[in-house]
Amino acid sequence: MTVGINQLVFVCLAYVVFLFVIAFLAERAAMQGRFAAVLRSPLVYTLSLSIYCTAWTFYGAVGYAARSGLEYVTIYLGPSLVMIGWWWILRRLVSIGRNQRATSIADLISSRYGKSNTLAIVVTLMAVIGVTPYIALQLQSVVLSLATFAALEGEGHGFNPTQAAFWVATGLALFTVLFGTRNLNVNERHHGIVIAIAAEAVVKLVALLAVGAFVVWGLAGGLSETLARIDASKIGAWEVQSSRWVALTVLSAAAFLCLPRMFQVMVVENDDERYLQIASWAFPTYLMLMSLFVVPIAVVGLDLLPEGSNPDLFVLNLPLSQNQNGLATLSFLGGFSSATSMVIVATLALSTMVSNHIVMPVWLTLRQGGATQSGDVRGVVIRARRLSILLIIALGFLYYRASGGSGALAAIGTISFGGVAQFLPALLGGIFWRGATRNGALCGLGLGFAIWLFTMLLPSFGVDASLSRETFEHGLFGLNWLRPQALFGIEGLDPTVHAVVWSLSLNLMMFTLVSLLTFPDPIERLQGAQFVNVLDHSGPSRFWTASVAGSEDLMIMSQRILGASEAQRFFRKQAKAQGVPGHLPEPTPDFIEALERELAASVGAATAHAMVAQIVGSSAVSVQDLLAVADESAQMLEYSSQLEQKSQELSETAAQLRMANEKLTQLSLQKDGFLSQISHELRTPMTSIRSFSEILRDTSSLTEADKTRYASIIHSETLRLTRLLDDLLDLSVLENGQVSLYLGQDGLHNVIARAVTTVVSGGEGRLKVHVVPNEKDVVLNTDLDRLVQVFINLISNSQKYCMTDVPELTISPKLTDTGLTVDFVDNGQGIAPDEQAVIFEKFYRIGGSQGDGAGLGLAICQEIMERLGGGISYLKGHNGGAFRVFLPGTALAFDTTYREARTPARSDVSRS
Amino acid sequence: MPMADRPVFLERRSYRLRRMMDAVRFLPFLGLALWMVPLLWPLPAAEVAKNGIPMSTALRYLFCVWLMLVISGWLLWRKTRVQHPSEPANAQDTVE
Repeated sequence: MTVGINQLVFVCLAYVVFLFVIAFLAERAAMQGRFAAVLRSPLVYTLSLSIYCTAWTFYGAVGYAARSGLEYVTIYLGPSLVMIGWWWILRRLVSIGRNQRATSIADLISSRYGKSNTLAIVVTLMAVIGVTPYIALQLQSVVLSLATFAALEGEGHGFNPTQAAFWVATGLALFTVLFGTRNLNVNERHHGIVIAIAAEAVVKLVALLAVGAFVVWGLAGGLSETLARIDASKIGAWEVQSSRWVALTVLSAAAFLCLPRMFQVMVVENDDERYLQIASWAFPTYLMLMSLFVVPIAVVGLDLLPEGSNPDLFVLNLPLSQNQNGLATLSFLGGFSSATSMVIVATLALSTMVSNHIVMPVWLTLRQGGATQSGDVRGVVIRARRLSILLIIALGFLYYRASGGSGALAAIGTISFGGVAQFLPALLGGIFWRGATRNGALCGLGLGFAIWLFTMLLPSFGVDASLSRETFEHGLFGLNWLRPQALFGIEGLDPTVHAVVWSLSLNLMMFTLVSLLTFPDPIERLQGAQFVNVLDHSGPSRFWTASVAGSEDLMIMSQRILGASEAQRFFRKQAKAQGVPGHLPEPTPDFIEALERELAASVGAATAHAMVAQIVGSSAVSVQDLLAVADESAQMLEYSSQLEQKSQELSETAAQLRMANEKLTQLSLQKDGFLSQISHELRTPMTSIRSFSEILRDTSSLTEADKTRYASIIHSETLRLTRLLDDLLDLSVLENGQVSLYLGQDGLHNVIARAVTTVVSGGEGRLKVHVVPNEKDVVLNTDLDRLVQVFINLISNSQKYCMTDVPELTISPKLTDTGLTVDFVDNGQGIAPDEQAVIFEKFYRIGGSQGDGAGLGLAICQEIMERLGGGISYLKGHNGGAFRVFLPGTALAFDTTYREARTPARSDVSRS
Repeated sequence: MPMADRPVFLERRSYRLRRMMDAVRFLPFLGLALWMVPLLWPLPAAEVAKNGIPMSTALRYLFCVWLMLVISGWLLWRKTRVQHPSEPANAQDTVE
């Protein structure tokens, strides 16, 4: 009994109904929030990735193996390596895709390069051109398999391949429209479609494994026999060209990353980034199982089936030839599943790209001021997407009709891979290299695509079909280095290797070179930073300036894209986050940024950007914005430097305070010392006064002479006490700065003479005082009495402490630039160096000598000189005691030079 | 600056985890190297080996590598799944 074509169509329809039902149930469960664990399980994610295994894999791999041995396996090795290396690229890609809410690979690339719609259009067109043959291939495989069954029934059945292809295409379009455009927001995921393709993944795996098991254990008679049979067959030895092995592995890896349908299931439909690691071992397992029985089926098919039968259909023909109709039907369903799941997802991905990047922008441009006008954009978007789905499936169908169903399946697959692999440099460059620019991407893509067209797609139609024999042999325009299969005159390469190597390498080179030479605009740079640093948890950068955008306008627009309730919910959430009462949030940059992302999930980044731009008015980032950001950071820097300065000031102040504190402590110690000193100084005379007065009072037998002597002692002590108190008072007045100066004018010589006279006349008179005269007398304008007091003090000190036999004191006044100095130098032994520092301290007496002074003289002198604006210091480097009195220029009255030279040239006032 | 707040050495468990992640990163390169070994095999035309490598050997080799990679990937996933893959990579690179 054979399976009739009608029965097969019935089975087929039943299967399709089954797919519709589970897709519908999945959609409903997702809407009600049930079975989330199943709908979003890592298993479903992994199975959905299996749309990589299309009918090309299901039927074509066996044919491929029958033709060229193990080479077919490279198509699986590349994706396996990419999945196993998920940590390097896919992790990043999925993070970026989720972060930027990318709807497709064109959206991702355009978003990376400054939301450029030009780039999006280019990528979309390239994807459509690259993938359409692939869709045609799926239709062809379904028709071929149907034809195989039809052929069993004989000629009379009237099977029309074109009609069959048409109905298959229509059915697929219906399914995709129904489940692919239910919701607009791509990030809400197409649960129905994902579940359906997961089911189909199971069907095709089970079918291929069943056929494989049947072949190995049913036909070949066991594993070892199969292996022996393989070695004995005509593909029994390893004969894969090294260059093809590498090139095809690289190509399949690149295509796995760049195929729009793979991006759709891997990134857009991804629910949880953690699933990626599970898929990293689960998906290679799936691929391994899918390719496990390919070689045995091919070898047994070559053995058993008649010479010249199509190796692409061995999977179907082997069970049929053994009358295993059930298995044949299962195998047919496997192939049917592979084809339909691929077409559905590829169409969905492409239609998203076409509607978001071509239809919507055109629609927006045609309606000037479009985004602000009324009307439901939502409906437009969905209609655009449905239209795109029909358009793409129609394109696939037309391609199938045009190509006439010819050509080995694998060849078309490779060509398609080569086309989409051209995205790779722009994609990887975009996510790893901040320096990649839009122009670089455009140039690289353009060049790579052109080379692909010229060396891979057009030659595939055959000589004289699209390229003339002339071109093949002598190059384009007769340029010998432009031969489609020997670019730059390098001959002898395998055509596929040739095309892959040249297109990808020149694409990469162009992309890098132009990126290096061009300068990206601000949005590009911001997006570049966000893409490359996606794993650093960096917050989104600012795109929109706080502007005149009215929240209401944004609300109206959003409602039309997201739907009224959805938009209201979003706005309410944002308003709540901002803490604004009501439904309308403030149009802050953050809010507009979030809104743009929300819209991007529905209509793509470039379109969303354009729509928001229409309302917000300004372009996204102006130089002013960047400058403002720069200003902000400059202000921060300035502020922090101010803080630093302040803290430095504070620490300086603290240091000053510490110093002041030290000084105060010192002063307090000094005061204590002073008090104890003064009490001692007061006590000594008081003691003698008390003792002598007690003697006078209590002793009756005192001679008159004694009485007089004691009384005079009391008297002299009282005088000393008075003098001490006078000095203290004087000092305290001087120190407190309460002293008032009585300014007067007199010649310096007169002042010195007054002092000398006072001292010499009052003392024992042994001291000889010499005054070294100035040629010109200087007139002083200062408190003369005080100055005389200082001079007297110095002279009398000299008189007291100069212990030589012939004591002499030389007074030498001298005019300097800054004022007047008067030196008092005697010929005594001077003052010891360690005492020089302390002689101006209060109560200090040289050598602890018990003179009649209280040790306040020099301290008073110092205070007086400071009051007069000058100073007094000890002169080092003289044999005897030497003091220098300094008076500033302000204390001199130059204008009234005292001409009356009353002092003699050398006055000798000593009278001894 | 990046090293400022981080410990120089890690406790044993986190150290193991880091090395497991290293293995995850290394695995694709191992796979690539092993799958490119067939490039060294002589072709039947070469004079070294008259018949070249038999298909069954080639099949066994490729699928064993495949199985090994899958099992390694599974084991590594078992060991590292506590760690969320979105954790920043830089945290793992600077501290050893």
